[in-house]
Amino acid sequence: MHTDIKEPITKERFINLFEKNRKLLTANNSTQLVKIRENAIACFAKLGFPDTSLETWRLTDLEDSFSRGYDYHLRPLAELDIQKVFRCNIPHLDTAVIGQLNGWYVSKDVPLMELGNGIIMGSLAEARKKYPQLLEKYFGTIADDTADGFTALNTAFAQDGVFIYVPDNVKSPKPVQLINVIHHDENLFLQSRNLIVVGANAGLSLVHCDDSYNHQASFSNIVTEVHIGSHGVMDHYKLQNLNNSSTLISSVFFRMEASATLESHYISLNGGLLRNNIRVLFNGTHDNANIYGIYLLDNKQHVDNQVFVDHAYSDCTSNEIFKGILDENAHGIFNGHVLVRRDATKTDAKQTNKNILLTDTARVNSKPFLEIYNDDVKCSHGSTTGQLDQDSMFYLRQRGIGEETARMLLMFAFADEIVMKIAIPQLRQRIEDMVKKRLQGELRICEQCVLHCSTPEQPTDFRIDMSRI
Amino acid sequence: MLLQIKNLHAGINGKEILRGVDLEVSEGEVHAIMGPNGTGKSTLAAVIAGREVFDVTAGEIFYKGKDLMDLSIEERAREGIFMGFQYPVEIPGVSITNFMRTAVNEVRKSKGYDPLTGGEFLRLMEEKKRLVEITSNLTNRSVNEGFSGGEKKKNEIFQMAMLEPTLAILDETDSGLDIDALRIVANGVNKLRRPDNAFVVITHYQRLLEHIIPDFVHVLFEGKIVKSGGRELANELEDKGYDWIKKEQE
Repeated sequence: MHTDIKEPITKERFINLFEKNRKLLTANNSTQLVKIRENAIACFAKLGFPDTSLETWRLTDLEDSFSRGYDYHLRPLAELDIQKVFRCNIPHLDTAVIGQLNGWYVSKDVPLMELGNGIIMGSLAEARKKYPQLLEKYFGTIADDTADGFTALNTAFAQDGVFIYVPDNVKSPKPVQLINVIHHDENLFLQSRNLIVVGANAGLSLVHCDDSYNHQASFSNIVTEVHIGSHGVMDHYKLQNLNNSSTLISSVFFRMEASATLESHYISLNGGLLRNNIRVLFNGTHDNANIYGIYLLDNKQHVDNQVFVDHAYSDCTSNEIFKGILDENAHGIFNGHVLVRRDATKTDAKQTNKNILLTDTARVNSKPFLEIYNDDVKCSHGSTTGQLDQDSMFYLRQRGIGEETARMLLMFAFADEIVMKIAIPQLRQRIEDMVKKRLQGELRICEQCVLHCSTPEQPTDFRIDMSRI
Repeated sequence: MLLQIKNLHAGINGKEILRGVDLEVSEGEVHAIMGPNGTGKSTLAAVIAGREVFDVTAGEIFYKGKDLMDLSIEERAREGIFMGFQYPVEIPGVSITNFMRTAVNEVRKSKGYDPLTGGEFLRLMEEKKRLVEITSNLTNRSVNEGFSGGEKKKNEIFQMAMLEPTLAILDETDSGLDIDALRIVANGVNKLRRPDNAFVVITHYQRLLEHIIPDFVHVLFEGKIVKSGGRELANELEDKGYDWIKKEQE
């Protein structure tokens, strides 16, 4: 019973599946891990899957996604010729590429790489065998299984995913690219679990891509735990380019020790239903987190960004900027929650959400929310939703720029405020290109954030073929 | 004749602003349109440029013999109509270089020319920057973002130089300028004058007309051109103000 075929997603299905596969799931587990799993499945049994009766899920209805039948595999499928997939790269961007296929680490015969500087990266399942103490120290300590049923379910089943460990005082010399590819001939449910540990005074730049390869429906429940040690620095990019039949629940939990720095970017270019749970805990003083998001939606696409920043200690800074362009019947949600606890003096927290609606049928629900229990803080929030600025349109067109191109320029400029914050120049260039293509309706779902073998890189420009309009 | 406006009536949200404007502009001429605030000067400029928020309720505008009402904003621009804005719009995220390159190439494309290459474009830009005495790194910045009033207006003249219009309508380009900026703006216009193009300079004050010498001066009052004359009319207005016009109309 390693494969469960074409069943809709229900609480009972997964509880039964856990019961039937308890032996497989807990094989070679430490006592602690077994305990974590048992607690998690109990937690899931209590919470179940979230529905719209919960405040944080009020606007994201998963019923349609749930009702499709999905296969779920508790063993990796036979590997595709994945070598071909991972050979490609962003031009001139020197990165370490690691990949996952359908939630399983793609080993290329080396399940875990141990680099000379002490950095470890590779399969979480393998790390569990080889570095049980490291796993014990971090796994399951950052993600909150009570946050929602998805996280609990993920913890209960967590089999594989990516493990990255950057020891204290080591700066990863290259950005690491983590690529999640979904490719299957049947509808697929998948879960993967990632654990990233950035040591004290260490540095890591991580590009994390969620890509699909065909138009088959999928449902992904991905949980990533990130620990950043004191004075550690992490630069994190989450890129999403999935097909319109895909549902992705991505939960990223950051725990930051004192004086740590985080830049986290969420770039949603495509997807049927995307939910980003972003939770940041300041677990020491003088932390600094910048969280940026851009979502470009059309069709009936749905993106729900839920950001929770826990200012548990004093002298921390958080800044959220999320921007969206929504066309046709798309629906975007921004829910930002900043909690300033009683002792968190000198907190500086900002939340900004800006949206452009291109049609009357596109929708946005924006709720920046500050919950403050300390008087000595600087907090602000703002939210705007509107159409493209008509004065700007007139200005551009008065110079001879066609209406369609003028719209593109303005939309791109709007998005670029976020894109320009990407610190890796080659990646920024690539994302700019993808954003332009997306706005022009030319981005294909098979066009991965890094995998771009078939055609050489061509800068996209805004002159468009008038004959096509 | 380049521009011929006949009995133009136009307004916004049902409120009539222009109440029968007649104006003729030929190649090689500079016309100044003066008048008190709120008499429709900016509306006239916007209507010629094709701004859609204004409704043209009566009358005709012919440009190079074509009925302008048939042309979109960008088609008018590509035919050589340029409007210098009283309040240039700030567009964060769009660099002046990208903006101008897109504009120049879209205009070229409409005429069947190939787009300028990067090198050709940069050379053109350097040449025009010199012409309007822009020394700073203005062109790498976002369009008008954080520009001073003077920089914005210089940027308008720079764009005009880049696009080489046949008919340039400058809407209160002199407002908010110090004397140096005013001189630079005026010099830009004077250098761009050719026998085959024309300028319509909208201004509230006579000051700009000391630097840009108009062939004709018109007074727009309550949506109509009530007086036309040579440049001496501007001096008369400077001396007497607009009150005597108002009295004459009563």
